[in-house]
Amino acid sequence: MSNDVKGKSTPMTMIQALRSAMDVMLERDNDVVVFGQDVGYFGGVFRCTEGLQKKYGKSRVFDAPISESGIVGVAVGMGAYGLRPVIEIQFADYIYPAYDQIVSEAARLRFRSAGDFTAPLTIRTPCGGGIYGGQTHSQSPEAVFTHVCGLRTVMPSNPYDAKGLLIASIENNDPVIFLEPKRIYNGPFNGHHDQPVVPWSKHPMGDVPEGYYTVPLESASVFREGKDLTVLTYGTMVWVSEAAAAESGVDAEIIDLRSIWPLDLPTILASVKKTGRCVVVHEATRTSGFGAELTALVQEHCFYHLEAPIERVTGWDTPYPHAQEWDYFPGPARVAAAFKRAMEK
Amino acid sequence: MPHSEPLRLHVPEPTGRPGQTTDFSYLRLSPAGEVRRPEVDVTPVDTRDIAYSLIRVLDEHGNAVGPWAPDISIETLRAGMRAMMKTRIFDSRMLIAQRQKKMSFYMQSLGEEAIGAAQAMALNRDDMCFPTYRQQSILMARDVPLHGLICQLMSNEGDPLKGRQLPVMYSIKEAGFFSISGNLATQYIQAVGWAMASAIKNDTKIASAWIGDGATAEADFDTALTFAHVYHAPVILNVVNNQWAISTFQAIAGGENTTFAARGVGCGIASLRVDGNDFLAVYAASKWAAERARSNLGPTLIEWVTYRAGPHSTSDDPSKYRPLDDANHFPLGDPIARLKQYLINQGAWSEQEHEDTQKELEAMVIAAQKEAEKFGSLADNHVFSPAEMFEDIYEQMPEHLRQQRQQLGI
Repeated sequence: MSNDVKGKSTPMTMIQALRSAMDVMLERDNDVVVFGQDVGYFGGVFRCTEGLQKKYGKSRVFDAPISESGIVGVAVGMGAYGLRPVIEIQFADYIYPAYDQIVSEAARLRFRSAGDFTAPLTIRTPCGGGIYGGQTHSQSPEAVFTHVCGLRTVMPSNPYDAKGLLIASIENNDPVIFLEPKRIYNGPFNGHHDQPVVPWSKHPMGDVPEGYYTVPLESASVFREGKDLTVLTYGTMVWVSEAAAAESGVDAEIIDLRSIWPLDLPTILASVKKTGRCVVVHEATRTSGFGAELTALVQEHCFYHLEAPIERVTGWDTPYPHAQEWDYFPGPARVAAAFKRAMEK
Repeated sequence: MPHSEPLRLHVPEPTGRPGQTTDFSYLRLSPAGEVRRPEVDVTPVDTRDIAYSLIRVLDEHGNAVGPWAPDISIETLRAGMRAMMKTRIFDSRMLIAQRQKKMSFYMQSLGEEAIGAAQAMALNRDDMCFPTYRQQSILMARDVPLHGLICQLMSNEGDPLKGRQLPVMYSIKEAGFFSISGNLATQYIQAVGWAMASAIKNDTKIASAWIGDGATAEADFDTALTFAHVYHAPVILNVVNNQWAISTFQAIAGGENTTFAARGVGCGIASLRVDGNDFLAVYAASKWAAERARSNLGPTLIEWVTYRAGPHSTSDDPSKYRPLDDANHFPLGDPIARLKQYLINQGAWSEQEHEDTQKELEAMVIAAQKEAEKFGSLADNHVFSPAEMFEDIYEQMPEHLRQQRQQLGI
């Protein structure tokens, strides 16, 4: 699952784990640079880069103008020079101005130049809802990246994976869209917004090695073993799915994809072939969401093993609302209902 | 009482449409030698007057005059002459090859040969250029072997880009020529990033960014100016104002009653406006900007005033939107003819040598084309294996691409 130099473990939030990953990589590789809006002196609006500029200097960690296409565009140029930029887009909802640079440039550079130039950049961006973020602080745009050939799209669900996956992403020579569910920055969230949040310090997955380690890309984890049905999910919805399993009494096997695309197909197929049922869960809107690709893959590869139609529990096909947060967010009740439907067929 | 006529939308128009004659008085020209040459550490705001005038060295008699007359050897100028001639000859041969269906598409740079060639000669080979599809003169000045270029144009089995890219979208890292993208302006901000990287690593290399007049309307143009200014990036921001973006006159890109150089000043970047058909002026301004960048004095924006003498591409017919003989009336003439006159005046060139060079370069291009045609062409299907289509998307081929390649039976 991970490699060498881990060092002793310390309780970390996802924020601290991500910061630790950048700290480790800034230390290990002089070509790593970190920049974005409010990332330098201030340490990021979510504190993910706190202290890094002070430790490594302004030429390694710095503030950028409010220009997403500029941030990604200069990173592509830096990559062409030979640096390894780790850049931040403050919210995934604001990544669209950079879409041309991501899709037409970063994703295609290696292919179109036959390997002459590459774009080994990591684009970190907080995503997801459940925080009363409204339309432009809640989106889950993974499907607009998984559709782009040449990109890797990654989303962790806990501090241990967050650090290991971010180090693996920074080291990877392909451009990586690294989506961070901001709802679980400080503690796991199972959708029960009426209950107090448990901090990561009270959770075993908040125990994070201080040194270098990786969680490999294209490797899913079996988050919860079960025999009744397979749940394909990632990010915050891993925790919601776990709650739904407990509340529904369905013995769900929860697969945390971790790498959304390219993904770990063998782990998915082995699970669905074992359980014969599949529920796909994500926060993003339903139509042409990444769930559609997962559903198609399972249908193609597991058709003769399926005992029931594949279910999808997703955000509605609406912009993310503010006041109706908990009617939009696919909480444990909706996920549990899907589990029951899948079992009844 | 305020004036109460109804509002009217202003839509700029070129003065010359087919069957008419263009009135080039909009160009804001200055006589050769007239514009001052500031020190390289000039404050950007103090270049404001230069951004609204025109740096020229060669006068109408082919003499080099004024403060911008560069310190340049005759040998360098003769090499520049060859680079320009080679560019033009290459373009005309490739145009024929396109008409013979040996390649699907081509774009000439007729009339703009001085700009890329002279700047390339003012830079070091390891200064990275981020070109558009119309700076092939850089490749000629850097003596990139023609054979590889023609293989790329023909997408044949010798194509360094393995048939993946549209003709003219070269990528030649070893010659400091960044991979060309079809998406306009994207490379402008990337050049700034490359320059920032050079500064981060305390290197001595600088970047050369290229964009056309039309593409300055893209967001990445403004983005690049902002980042170059903020971080004092060692970059030369070139705007090639050839007056036309396909069928669209430069006024509709925002050039009416202003200059593109002035945009640089507005963003706090030292800016020059230069006669793009005057090889000596292009060389001098490029040297100035390169020295400025290499001395940590920050970026320079240069608007090169030139004229797109040929069609936009082999898919374009300019007679549908502008006068047929427009290029002949362009007041800044032809860059090759003007340098030729200067070199002859200096006793460093002759009609005979010009003719001999023309023949020699034609033979060189024809030989390179023959060599390239040995690798076949798109027309006879001597192209890279479709297996190559699945390579280089990622560093390591993921499983889904391996499966798709197998589905294709390879």
